[in-house]
Amino acid sequence: MRGRARLRRVGLPYLLLLPALLLELLVHLVPMVIGIVMSFKELTQLHIAHWGAAPWKALGNYRVTVDFDAPAGATLLHSFVVTCAFSVLTVGLCWLLGTAAAIFLQENFRGRGLLRAVFLTPYALPVYAAVITWAFLFQRDNGLVNHVLHDQLGLTGDRPFWLLGDNSFVALLVVSVWKTWPFAFLVVMAALQSIPKDLYEAAALDGAGLIRQIRRITLPSLRPINQVLLLVLFLWSFNDFNTPYVLFGKAAPEAADLLSIHIYQSSFVTWNFGTGSAMSVLLLLFLLVVTAGYLLATSRGRKSADA
Amino acid sequence: MRILRAATVTATVTALAAVAAGCGGGSGFGGGGSDDSPRSLTYWASNQGPNVEADKKILGPELKKFERRTGIKVKLEVIPWPELLNRILAATTSGQGPDVLNIGNTWSASLQATGALLSWDRKNFAAIGGRDRFLAPALDATGAAGKDPAAVPLYSLAYALYYNKRMFQEAGISKPPATWDELVADGKRIAKDGKWGLGAEGGQLTNNIHQAFALGKQHGADFFDAAGKPSFTSDGAVAAVKQYIDFMAKDKIIAPGNAEYGQNQSLRDFATGRTAMVLWQAAATTFSADGMKPGDWGVAPVPVPSGTPGTGRQINSMLAGINIAVFKNTRNLRGAQKFVRFMTSDAEQRLLNKAYGSIPPVKAAQRDPAFDRKDTKVLRETLTQSAAPLPQIAEESQFETSVGTAIKDLFADAAAGHPVTTASVKARLAKAQQQMAQ
Repeated sequence: MRGRARLRRVGLPYLLLLPALLLELLVHLVPMVIGIVMSFKELTQLHIAHWGAAPWKALGNYRVTVDFDAPAGATLLHSFVVTCAFSVLTVGLCWLLGTAAAIFLQENFRGRGLLRAVFLTPYALPVYAAVITWAFLFQRDNGLVNHVLHDQLGLTGDRPFWLLGDNSFVALLVVSVWKTWPFAFLVVMAALQSIPKDLYEAAALDGAGLIRQIRRITLPSLRPINQVLLLVLFLWSFNDFNTPYVLFGKAAPEAADLLSIHIYQSSFVTWNFGTGSAMSVLLLLFLLVVTAGYLLATSRGRKSADA
Repeated sequence: MRILRAATVTATVTALAAVAAGCGGGSGFGGGGSDDSPRSLTYWASNQGPNVEADKKILGPELKKFERRTGIKVKLEVIPWPELLNRILAATTSGQGPDVLNIGNTWSASLQATGALLSWDRKNFAAIGGRDRFLAPALDATGAAGKDPAAVPLYSLAYALYYNKRMFQEAGISKPPATWDELVADGKRIAKDGKWGLGAEGGQLTNNIHQAFALGKQHGADFFDAAGKPSFTSDGAVAAVKQYIDFMAKDKIIAPGNAEYGQNQSLRDFATGRTAMVLWQAAATTFSADGMKPGDWGVAPVPVPSGTPGTGRQINSMLAGINIAVFKNTRNLRGAQKFVRFMTSDAEQRLLNKAYGSIPPVKAAQRDPAFDRKDTKVLRETLTQSAAPLPQIAEESQFETSVGTAIKDLFADAAAGHPVTTASVKARLAKAQQQMAQ
């Protein structure tokens, strides 16, 4: 009797969780597992009609992927380096812009609501519409960017290309930061509301200036939020597919060859889904390791700070 | 307790994965089609008109006509080009596809290799009136050589040289160029004061391939050898690609900005009088939409090195077009064949190709005054006399991606003022060839 009651007590939460858990499995885990299975198969157009029966390739796809002396591995490594640089810069700039804007907009002044709304627009626009507009702005001959830089300011000797060659990295970074920073702004702004005003008043009484207040009060109070914010921004920018795809089309310039688009090329465009899956699995593993390491490092730091 | 929970989760996941992997693999295409549902068909049409709605308007009445004749209701879905191949791949993987579908003819061999499409053997061809009704070069673009076709030609197209009559007149040029030397000379006379001789879509991989392929034929080069192995670095292939890039790098008749074009901006430049010539397939409707009047532009065959267009080294266009195919696991095999027969009948061929500005691959349907106007005549003659299909190999799309990207990069080099030499072209093509070997 007591055993059954206990079972009911312990079992109820699980029972309530079950529908969500099953859906979670269906929506997230099953495709992931299938993707992992695919990465061990030779899945080209010859086999997709019967992909269950496609021949096993063991670690063959992975071997091709990480053979950095061969073209496939070398370009993947290059793409990985580009993506790391891109993500670090995007996260850094988004955080800096978002935090700075949020702190300035804490002050009460006329037009604050309007500015807040304007700052959030890039986040509200549909990605495709926004990025295709940027693609037009960046056009060499008719684009606004060159019109301002070259025709009006005379900063460049010749009209530079923004969507070809090395400049494409800058173009990609600008669009990505423009598109993502409002999220950082929004999150930091929300976090700022919860910092008690008394702290600032007390600090002001003690003679602390604005910079000192930001360094001693604002930033430490934002720490828990920043921990999550930076991680989310990193994961988003590392996996970003839409921006480079809309900006450059199927073949991104080498300087802006992000991993997600590289993987798309290696699987969908060339019909080699096995290799594409292997690359995706490696990407997943890398992000898992980074995330775990990051969470471990930051939460340990916080615990010791709290103690 | 925690270990137990972890074990349960792991077991569940593994079990689910096993189920997923086991029951996956599509419903199988081995058994062929059946006639279980003889009253209806699903048809995926490619987007041939200015937009999807226009296609529905053109095809709608014809499908009604088919329904009146056969009692088979056709459910139409018009699929935009960027989605079409992904949709077909998904249908192939799941086995849940349409009965009849349109495919780009360059995909024929790749899709044939999946085994999802019905082969058009003698018996199946007999059901639609026989193989001989179709233009031979168009039949070459329906699958790998030596195999039964995986599809049937539906609409055909070829490249032509479009030129701006007023710009030619102003430069004192009386007739369109017939050879590449003439084209370069004419282009140089026009290319000044912000005007340019020729337009290109340097960022559009497919277009790059089409141009390089025709030039390659003229240099005696195929991009694949007889065994189907890539031979991108042969002297002819390198010379062909270099010739195309040199229009920008050496001859300076293509504006450097064209290196980044990928959304048909070159057509817009043509329509607004910035460039005097473009090499394109059936561009008339786009020019009209951009405000040109039909008398403003002229149409001529794409130039050749010397002489007149023909076969072998006188080829001056890739054979472009749309094929119609039947999914092997259709549940209305006979109906699907009837529908293909209907779509390739002389009357429908005349009507549909007229509406879309393409040329019928059915020989009898070509004898219609609509295909004898100044622009359609050039396209029709190119198609019947001097067009060749792209390599019909399973790796065709890798070819388009790797070589198309190499040409895009070379255009970027040329536009940035970096020298483009035989060695640099060869190096890019060698890299493309390595990517094919993955």
